[in-house]
Amino acid sequence: MKDIFKIGGRELTSRLFLGTGKYSTNKIVPQVMEAAGSQVVTVALRRVDIDFEEENILNYVPQGCVLMPNTSGARNAQEAIRIARLAKAAGCGNWVKIEVISDNRYLLPDNYETIKATEVLAAEGFMVFPYISPDLMVAKELEKVGAAAVMPLGAPIGSNRGLKTKELIRILIEEISLPVIVDAGIGRPSEAAEAMEMGAAAVLVNTAVATADDPVMMARAFGLAVAAGRAAFLAGPGATQQYAVASSPLTGFLR
Amino acid sequence: MSFYDIYQSYREFDFAGFFAGLTDQDITRIIYKNRLSELDYLALLSPAAESHLEEMAQRAHRLTVQHFGKVIFLYTPLYLANYCVNRCVYCGFAAHNQIPRRKLTLAEVEEEAKLIAATGLKHLLILTGESRQHSPVSYMKDCLEVLKKYFSSISIEVYPLTEEEYAELIAAGVDGMTMYQEVYNPEVYAELHPAGPKRNYLFRLDAPERACRAGMRTIGLGALLGLNDWRTEAFFTGLHANYLQSRYTDVEVSISPPRMRPHVGGFPPRVTVSDKNLVQYILAYRLFMPRGGITVSTRESEELRNRLVKLGVTRMSAASCTAVGGRSHAEGGTNQFDIADERDVPAMVQMLYQQGYQPVFKDWQLL
Ligand code: SF4
Repeated sequence: MKDIFKIGGRELTSRLFLGTGKYSTNKIVPQVMEAAGSQVVTVALRRVDIDFEEENILNYVPQGCVLMPNTSGARNAQEAIRIARLAKAAGCGNWVKIEVISDNRYLLPDNYETIKATEVLAAEGFMVFPYISPDLMVAKELEKVGAAAVMPLGAPIGSNRGLKTKELIRILIEEISLPVIVDAGIGRPSEAAEAMEMGAAAVLVNTAVATADDPVMMARAFGLAVAAGRAAFLAGPGATQQYAVASSPLTGFLR
Repeated sequence: MSFYDIYQSYREFDFAGFFAGLTDQDITRIIYKNRLSELDYLALLSPAAESHLEEMAQRAHRLTVQHFGKVIFLYTPLYLANYCVNRCVYCGFAAHNQIPRRKLTLAEVEEEAKLIAATGLKHLLILTGESRQHSPVSYMKDCLEVLKKYFSSISIEVYPLTEEEYAELIAAGVDGMTMYQEVYNPEVYAELHPAGPKRNYLFRLDAPERACRAGMRTIGLGALLGLNDWRTEAFFTGLHANYLQSRYTDVEVSISPPRMRPHVGGFPPRVTVSDKNLVQYILAYRLFMPRGGITVSTRESEELRNRLVKLGVTRMSAASCTAVGGRSHAEGGTNQFDIADERDVPAMVQMLYQQGYQPVFKDWQLL
């Protein structure tokens, strides 16, 4: 069975999105993308240096990949909107990941400002991917104002702590019709697989790959884990049971 | 409430007694804590922690890579003017020093900007001496109009301003401000600043907070190492950073540990701060503020800066020049202090790549 992920007007075969921050060199990005089999890459516009060929991260995004600029650095909706428009004007396409962060200690997203930015940008025709703290009402509101997906965090950015918000993400997956893409906090391939098994549409990983001793090998591991988790979800895992099913049932006589 | 209240709360604190009571076990426990308290930070600045530097370094390195990645931001300073009405005893630009004074014309600003921009650098730090007459806020704004064309982010390191003045400069394109308190101890401060408006300790101490209130994106702090006991000065610098980060959560706070360098005035440092001391300060701060920026300038030597890349530092200046107009007119100008690392941008880039780090030239853009 071919499992195609349709999102933002694109058809994707990989459900692993990758970030481009924190690498020791931009040159490694194409290798990492290839090893992971990833087709979506997020880039911080604040780091895009158009005038400087060698250091311009856009020159390292492989052909055919979807570029998802993010609004990292934005402290409120207004700044996020301005960054998104700048990205579009710079030729970065119409996908945008909204990151509004006004807390520099934990880098937690500001859900309220994120909704405001999403509403404006979706109305302008952007495919908006908002990064949020997992909250059902916020996700519903984002759905209403036209987001293309919601991107709840598993744990604070760069923390590699895994799926700390698992229960809340599960509720989003159950209640929201938009794709739920787990973003931030995933530190190990097993955690990515777990998110996929739960029914996440995709996961976004950056720190765990970029800061691994061997980023290319780690990217491959994540690619495999995401595919495995997705397959498990599609296969419909058997229910887990607290007690063994007795071979001589207590209610058998009711037949 | 001001940071001064926090400072005051430690006035009676027995630092020597606290240091004397620390055991090796205390230090080890603190190194692996998730979140450090103020006194934990002080413990890591203690003599007792000196025998744990390697452990601290391993942890600091991991935390830095986790939060910032294998990247170092590069920026360069541009001295706009060296007129100064203060008499800071440790500075080459002090009013009593007989040096040629000048300020750049807008044409000269443009000339310098072009030279810097050609190196690829996008973050600029502009500096002036303290003279409201020669380098007023209006002059800085005129310069910003020129500089905005060449740089994506411009910070200021100028005399303390009012909140309204900071807001004016932000509107004109500034996104960062650096303010070295020089010395947190008010008595030592008074001795070292015998004349001029800089004598006003509190107006300087509260300047970063005024800038935060005005909406500045990034704030840099520091004590000039060599003027007073480094352990307590490092402690208060960290506390100041923590104070601002807690109240202005959307501001990026960073510190810098500048050590005194030779200059025209010839004032010798009062205390010696060794490389080992400097490293201990950087490591302790990284463990206390895992996401805080740490800047190391070209005051430090090439060899030391190379080593510091992996010890928690996040920003470095490159191709610095501390003389007014020194880039376009090599013959003119007196340096504020002598720089130690004279490498140009390509040499810095090469060093970073060799260490497995990426140089970042642009990390913000004017919106
Ligand atoms: S440190 Fe600054 S204020 Fe003091 S004399 Fe030097 S330039 Fe003037």
